[in-house]
Amino acid sequence: MPDVNSTRYTIGFAAIVSVVCALLVAASAVGLQSRQEENQRLFRQKNVLLAAGLLRPDEAPTGAEMRKIFDRHIEVRLVDLASGEYMAEGRIDVETYDQRRVRNDPALSRPAPPNAAKISRLPTYGAVYLVRAGGKDAPVEQVVLPIEGIGMWGMMYGFLALDRDGRTVRGITFYDQKETPGLGSEISNPKWQALWVGRQAFDASWEPKLTVVKGAVGPPATDPHRIDAISGATITSNGVSRLVGFWLSDEGYGRYLARFRAGDTS
Amino acid sequence: MEHYANLLVRSIFLENMALVYFLGMCSYLACSKKVETALGLGIAVVFVQTLTVPLNNLLLRYLLSDGALGWLSPALAGVNLNFLAFIVFIATIAAAVQVVEMMVDRFAPGLYSTLGVFLPLIAVNCVILGGSLFMQERDYTFTESVVFGFGSGLGFAIALVALAAIRERMTYSNVPGGLRGLGITFIATGLMSLAFMMFSGIQI
Amino acid sequence: MSVLDRWLPPRARSVLLTPILVNNPIAVQVLGICSALAVTTRIDKALVMGAAVILVAAAANLAVSLVRNYTPGSIRIIVQLAIIASLVIMVDQFLKAYLFELSLELSVFVGLIITNCIVMGRAEGFAMQNPPWPSFLDGVGNGLGYALVLLLVAFVRELTGAGRVLGFTVLPLVSDGGWYEGNGLMLLAPSALFIVGLLIWALREWKPELQEKD
Repeated sequence: MPDVNSTRYTIGFAAIVSVVCALLVAASAVGLQSRQEENQRLFRQKNVLLAAGLLRPDEAPTGAEMRKIFDRHIEVRLVDLASGEYMAEGRIDVETYDQRRVRNDPALSRPAPPNAAKISRLPTYGAVYLVRAGGKDAPVEQVVLPIEGIGMWGMMYGFLALDRDGRTVRGITFYDQKETPGLGSEISNPKWQALWVGRQAFDASWEPKLTVVKGAVGPPATDPHRIDAISGATITSNGVSRLVGFWLSDEGYGRYLARFRAGDTS
Repeated sequence: MEHYANLLVRSIFLENMALVYFLGMCSYLACSKKVETALGLGIAVVFVQTLTVPLNNLLLRYLLSDGALGWLSPALAGVNLNFLAFIVFIATIAAAVQVVEMMVDRFAPGLYSTLGVFLPLIAVNCVILGGSLFMQERDYTFTESVVFGFGSGLGFAIALVALAAIRERMTYSNVPGGLRGLGITFIATGLMSLAFMMFSGIQI
Repeated sequence: MSVLDRWLPPRARSVLLTPILVNNPIAVQVLGICSALAVTTRIDKALVMGAAVILVAAAANLAVSLVRNYTPGSIRIIVQLAIIASLVIMVDQFLKAYLFELSLELSVFVGLIITNCIVMGRAEGFAMQNPPWPSFLDGVGNGLGYALVLLLVAFVRELTGAGRVLGFTVLPLVSDGGWYEGNGLMLLAPSALFIVGLLIWALREWKPELQEKD
């Protein structure tokens, strides 16, 4: 056996260990990569379907089933947030576009104007998910928008579904948030999310109007613009109010929504 | 500016590495018997954290993340080395600690005698690796990573020194046998953690 | 000689069982609690985290022990670190591929197994001096000891905080129309420290020889 403490042996040993470790790590990363990417896509699709009400919270379809439901009912488009127009086909691959990641890409994002939702950079293009309950050729019934904003502990990410009229809320989900367990994190509770369904996101002059408030809130028919806050989670509730207001305003999806309700769904 | 001030306050108080995420607990408990020791470790952590988080941020941006190698040659634009992040982070930290140790020894021998012993300890401290991992998870920009690195290190140092002060006082208390030492330290840390929750939701 | 004695002779058995009951890495040696407590709000998270640590500790001990006679002393720490980091990356990749939503919740804490004092400590303290099989058992034992405390803390927190055990409602919450008012503190960070502190107290009252003198 060679002298284990000689310099040559040490370097050789270090090289062998590095190569073996590198091979193992690279093999596992490459081998599992497609599965991981598929998982990420399915996770996003699942939350869009949840917001649109096409999937119930207690349902757990397999990946293939979820894909089928998504492909049948949902069309993903990108819109230029500044103009509200759909992006010309093929400029960016819609399938792989990750709205949360482009914030660090100066070519695809810009500094956001000061806003209460504490969003520092805005993407140039925002994803919209057009929902057709009747399948591919049926008319569009809802649109699902990605939303995000600061809560108490960090960013909260979710989706908001609006009806064809561009005004009535059809559903909301939060899929990534770090709010206080048992208090603020109740925003992920389907029971609380159900309170949103049927509320009116805009007032008569099309100003964003939804607020999360403390105290007694009536049913959507008599109390269209307010949602009952989570008790003990004022900051989270205010955060949700602000972020929804921001994404519905002209800085967010407001310009697009104006076109959407006028019938621009192609 | 307001954004960075906010991030600084968050990383020191709200998202305190020791009291909210329980990182670096091993050295937190081991080095908090005396204020002097705690201060030494605290300064070393702030120093190394402020250095390694931005350093790892640059490595992440220009070597590891999806398409990051595009600046070398367009042919490499499709390469995603994200899976190497852990190993690169820990290697950077180990190397940085080594370099800092040698520099301090060479240029500031006085500081070395107080700081030196803690530096090797820091290489495998969860706070340091955790800082870089949080930076990756939260997708911080370079400036944000400098602020976060400093803030999270300082937060840890504050918690450490505060606990050491409490433990020094506690020597004079009559603690039940089974609770003495470790047990009461856990409880005291829990109470401190509870006190730090007071800062939650603060925004500048 | 029975099969048990063949593979688990009394010495090996004690290597496996001591860290679980007598010399628990968290409760007695106070190692590796860094990453442990933040994942104990729910049992399923603790379960996966515990399994990951058992796997990494056992595999790292085995690998380090296999190359122990060939490892130059000057680079042994960095060799251990490379082995552990590689294993952790593999575990992390696996979780992202097969337990995606749970891996999102564990976030950075899987990566932090690299700096987990148990894994490093056992590799340096045991595997460097012992043959592969006992080293492997020592890794499993220490991982199990760690997982046990994790599960215990998670059980208390999930039950008293959310009225659930492994996601199943045991104590129906008032907010869901039941009778149990969830203890919010149990879901917050400090409660984990209180529980571990009380656990250590109980253990040291039971085994007074573990008590500290100062």
